[in-house]
Amino acid sequence: MIEVALRHDFGGTTLDITFVAGEGTTVLFGPSGSGKSSVVAAIAGLLRADRLRVTVGDVVLADTTRGIWVPPERRRIGLVFQDARLFPHMSVVGNLRYGARRAPPGRIGFDEVVALLGIGALLPRRPHSLSGGERQRVAIGRALLSQPRLLLMDEPLSGLDTARKAEILPYLAKLRSALGLPIIYVTHAMDELLRLADDVVLLDQGRVRDSGPLARLAARADLPFAARDDAGAVLELNVTGHDAAARLSRLGGTGISLLVPLLPSSVQRVRVRIPAREVILASAAPSGISLHNILSGVVHDVAENAARHDVIVAVAIGEAMVLARVTPDAVQRLGIAPGAPILALVKSTSIDVVSEVNSVG
Amino acid sequence: MLSADWDIVRLTLTVAARAVAFGLPVAVLVALVLARLRFPGRAVLDTLVHLPLVLPPVVVGWLLLLVFGLRGPVGAWLQAWFGVRLVFTAEGASLACAVMSFPLMVRAIRLSIEAIDPGLEQAARSLGAGRLDRLLTITLPLALPGVVVGAVVAFAACLGEFGAVITFAANIPGETQTLPLAIYAALQSPGGEAVAARLSLISLGLAVAGLLGAEWGGAALRARVGR
Repeated sequence: MIEVALRHDFGGTTLDITFVAGEGTTVLFGPSGSGKSSVVAAIAGLLRADRLRVTVGDVVLADTTRGIWVPPERRRIGLVFQDARLFPHMSVVGNLRYGARRAPPGRIGFDEVVALLGIGALLPRRPHSLSGGERQRVAIGRALLSQPRLLLMDEPLSGLDTARKAEILPYLAKLRSALGLPIIYVTHAMDELLRLADDVVLLDQGRVRDSGPLARLAARADLPFAARDDAGAVLELNVTGHDAAARLSRLGGTGISLLVPLLPSSVQRVRVRIPAREVILASAAPSGISLHNILSGVVHDVAENAARHDVIVAVAIGEAMVLARVTPDAVQRLGIAPGAPILALVKSTSIDVVSEVNSVG
Repeated sequence: MLSADWDIVRLTLTVAARAVAFGLPVAVLVALVLARLRFPGRAVLDTLVHLPLVLPPVVVGWLLLLVFGLRGPVGAWLQAWFGVRLVFTAEGASLACAVMSFPLMVRAIRLSIEAIDPGLEQAARSLGAGRLDRLLTITLPLALPGVVVGAVVAFAACLGEFGAVITFAANIPGETQTLPLAIYAALQSPGGEAVAARLSLISLGLAVAGLLGAEWGGAALRARVGR
């Protein structure tokens, strides 16, 4: 478990950020200026904050009240920057070995990392001959081979175009389950958040707005997520069956069941996103309709966004939560209010299967 | 080329090589200090380093006489403890050359250190490299093109150093008479124009070779470190 408590005055603006990160991937999410980079710098030991306490497991890396300050080179935190920062005078192997040579022997093996990141063919090459995506993969490998206590990634994909990003994301998703290493991942990109996060720390203007599991935060009608164009609930569901003839797969969770276009039979568990603007609310089940998913639930929360002239409605379905974006007029006509029973209609083709989930939990 | 000419060229090359060999480590150190440390007196050090660039070389030679002469503070000490005399010797000529070319070396090295992305050292630090480790594995290798360029340019400048050498080491044939001093001597003697012209051509050749060497060597090394 990682604990971070940071207070720092930047001459006018103050940061006051405290959070706890668990074993999986914790995404620090927020717009620029929300304090993400300062948190990274403080954890890595590059920012001496006014008040700071950083612990990883039972190791105290910084504690200003007790005068503890471990210098960056002895923190053993694998740092991945936005720019890969590979050493230009060394080959890829030289870069990968740089941290490994300075670390105590650990459980993360060279061959394992090379295979995991698919960088075997790059080993003899020089950094300047690599593409941006390849560079970033090597930088991640280099950080991993320093046998870190924690992998700290500061917007590692924001310097890459969409295609390069799509090339790396699967590798990052694999890291999470393959190495069992806690990861703190900083980003302002929604797709990275959806794909990688177990937990989210939502930062806003130097404060923690909220923190918790991704599914819980994504489904909150009152958080900035809901105000975004791409607002939507995130659910992790088991694949409970396939209907090859109808070309549909059935997903199930606690109190919710969904049909989606047929998935490969090897897939056991998936993370799906249901975009709020694709969800229709109804007071009675329609008939003669192409739609597969008619979910019966209870209105949990209603949040009107005056600027957009729309309303985000959170609907509890079993233990899951689904968001719907509707008009104020629809809210009035259907009598949508917290506690009211309601049907949420979702096209199976609107459900976005974000990623396969390897580890249960 | 006559064998007398060859002796002069060899002496000149030896004097220059020794000047660079002893001056370069100090120049690297001073460049590091100027590029990376902030301390009171930094401006004074910076000025001191650049002084030979703007002082008349004769003045530098004379200051060296004051300090390293037999009765100067350092000169007397060297003579008493090590029996080393610098004034009027080839070693003294090297000292004069080293001092005169020192700012050239420091400038080239400092610029290449300052051009290194500080993020690389930060990355090395996060990978467990301490201060000295980072210096040896990141900073110095990346500054190598600057070090080489500085050394070659300083070497070429040493080949042509006149004022400081003649003032501090005098013009002793076979001992301290480097190429420019020999040309000067030839021009002073009646009928020496032919010798002077020959030596001047050699001098020109060496200078051009030195500058081209610096250019090519620097480019090759920069390509190696990917910059």
